[in-house]
Amino acid sequence: MSTETVQTRTEPKEPVPVPRQAPPSPTDDGRIGLRANLRHIGALVRRNALQIKQDPESMMDVLLMPIIFTLLFVYVFGGAIGAGGDRDGYTNYLVPGMMAMMSMNIAMAVGTGINEDFRKGVMDRFRSMPIARSSVLLAKIMVEIARMLISIVVLLAVGFLVGFDVEGRWLGLLGGIGLTVLFGASLLWIFMLLGLTVRTAQAVQGVSFLVLMPLQFGSSIFVPTDTMPGWLESFTDVNPLTQLADASRGLVLGQGAVGSPVLWTIVWSAGLTLVTAPLAISKFRKKV
Amino acid sequence: MTRQHTTGPGRGSHAVEVRGLVKHFGETKAVDGIDLDVDEGTVLGVLGPNGAGKTTLVRMLSTLLQPDAGTATVAGYDVVRQPRQLRRTIGLTGQYASVDEKLSGRENLYMIARLLDLPRPEARRRADELLERFSLTEAAKRPASKYSGGMRRRLDLAASMIGRPRVLYLDEPTTGLDPRTRNEVWEEVQSIVAEGNTVLLTTQYMEEAEQLADELTVIDRGKVIAEGRVPELKAKVGGRTMEIRPTDHGDLHRIAGALAEAQLDGVGGASADEEAGIVSVPILSDEQLTEVVALLGTRGFALTDLGTHLPSLDEVFLALTGQKATHQESAPEEVAA
Repeated sequence: MSTETVQTRTEPKEPVPVPRQAPPSPTDDGRIGLRANLRHIGALVRRNALQIKQDPESMMDVLLMPIIFTLLFVYVFGGAIGAGGDRDGYTNYLVPGMMAMMSMNIAMAVGTGINEDFRKGVMDRFRSMPIARSSVLLAKIMVEIARMLISIVVLLAVGFLVGFDVEGRWLGLLGGIGLTVLFGASLLWIFMLLGLTVRTAQAVQGVSFLVLMPLQFGSSIFVPTDTMPGWLESFTDVNPLTQLADASRGLVLGQGAVGSPVLWTIVWSAGLTLVTAPLAISKFRKKV
Repeated sequence: MTRQHTTGPGRGSHAVEVRGLVKHFGETKAVDGIDLDVDEGTVLGVLGPNGAGKTTLVRMLSTLLQPDAGTATVAGYDVVRQPRQLRRTIGLTGQYASVDEKLSGRENLYMIARLLDLPRPEARRRADELLERFSLTEAAKRPASKYSGGMRRRLDLAASMIGRPRVLYLDEPTTGLDPRTRNEVWEEVQSIVAEGNTVLLTTQYMEEAEQLADELTVIDRGKVIAEGRVPELKAKVGGRTMEIRPTDHGDLHRIAGALAEAQLDGVGGASADEEAGIVSVPILSDEQLTEVVALLGTRGFALTDLGTHLPSLDEVFLALTGQKATHQESAPEEVAA
């Protein structure tokens, strides 16, 4: 290879003035400033959004799951479960509870996503770059929260179509959505930790599913817990999904206790986040 | 202001300085006390078979792995104590530092430019500039998953060049590529080198090290087994060999005999190869070379061809390790990653 061909080919027309990284001052400890950090998170959020654009199927869970489950439960079980065939009554009971279900189902996807990123080697590039390592995780969290919100909007839209009625308690509904997202965000850290611990994306899915089913059905999402046997009821009562479903229901429908389930939901969310977020971040830092 | 050179940025005499670096994975000593230096503006080739510890070494030098013992500085920054500063000075391309397959080539480069704090318009320009430079402009909008192997490697190279790193790591840049594509990637690497970049290149191909590196460190089972400039290493293993091809096949043994009779210092092992039609003579110095040629001239042998060659790096490796550079079973570094 002759040197001439290299030079003609590599000479850029208008070189962008990126200075070769000069030795920074000795006082520079390399910490990433807040604004830079937000910029990095922004760039990574954009990456995730572009991935969705490239692969629209990845939004199937967000768009279809709320539709399918709402129709299934309202029309298949609604008449039988609702007292005296009261399908509309059951719809009102179901929809606020299903917000909790959505938050968990969407959160599950984050584990597989992060696992893939490691397998494909993208993570090594990010982790060898001068960005806060947490920004990669925070960007994921933000994108997943957006996905959660979309799925809740779809759920409510379907709910309204089949007779869900908040009777003017819009603020209560907003409160319920807020609580759901808060709890969903704490779940994201758990699934992230799982995605960082388990070896393959398939395994992440398998384990997640095993956790998901008993938690969702062993809660007050679909039916009131008072017909369940005592041992089961004691499980469902501490199940955070029960607390969240009851809290949303109280806020949206104006019936039942509100204070206690709201408080418990917040306690659960804060507790789960405080324990799993640092674990996930440290696991992310040290992952080989 | 005096300051220990290992703690001050840019104060080390070497761009990369590694001393006694160790990394164990359970029982396996992936890196077992490696020393090496890379001078500013040069290319150091780290040559070794699969599982020799090359990738583990690069991962430690990129702050992706914590060493168990030893020290390493890059651009004067310590890998353990100053990882954040260190990450500002490096670019990484390798089997495990890749691009986002779902994003287009341009989006990948733009994202990395933004992560390196270039303002939006500059990030866009820098992405386009590198796409052009690595001949990817036409494929700029296609997702990276649709790229061919060679295009992927070129995009990887472009991605690691965005920040104009002071030290560029190329971890097995052509592993798994066909020979034609390999040449294509070599050309790109050579042009990066021609711009005066400091490069640490790992490879399991002798030819690649010979093509791209100034200095070589040969490692095997986590240890350095030889180092030096490429010609020095070759000379260390054995001098040149002169090959004499007489016009008349019958002269083969006469030439070998004449050389043996002349008893030139060190020239004793002249051997005639009937099949190839050549006489091979080991040569240790330039003076000996002249003496051999002079002897052939005074005896009046007619020759078709005359030449000397250095041993190939494959031969070097064989001589250094006592074994062929074969692919060992995957080491844990490859599995764990």
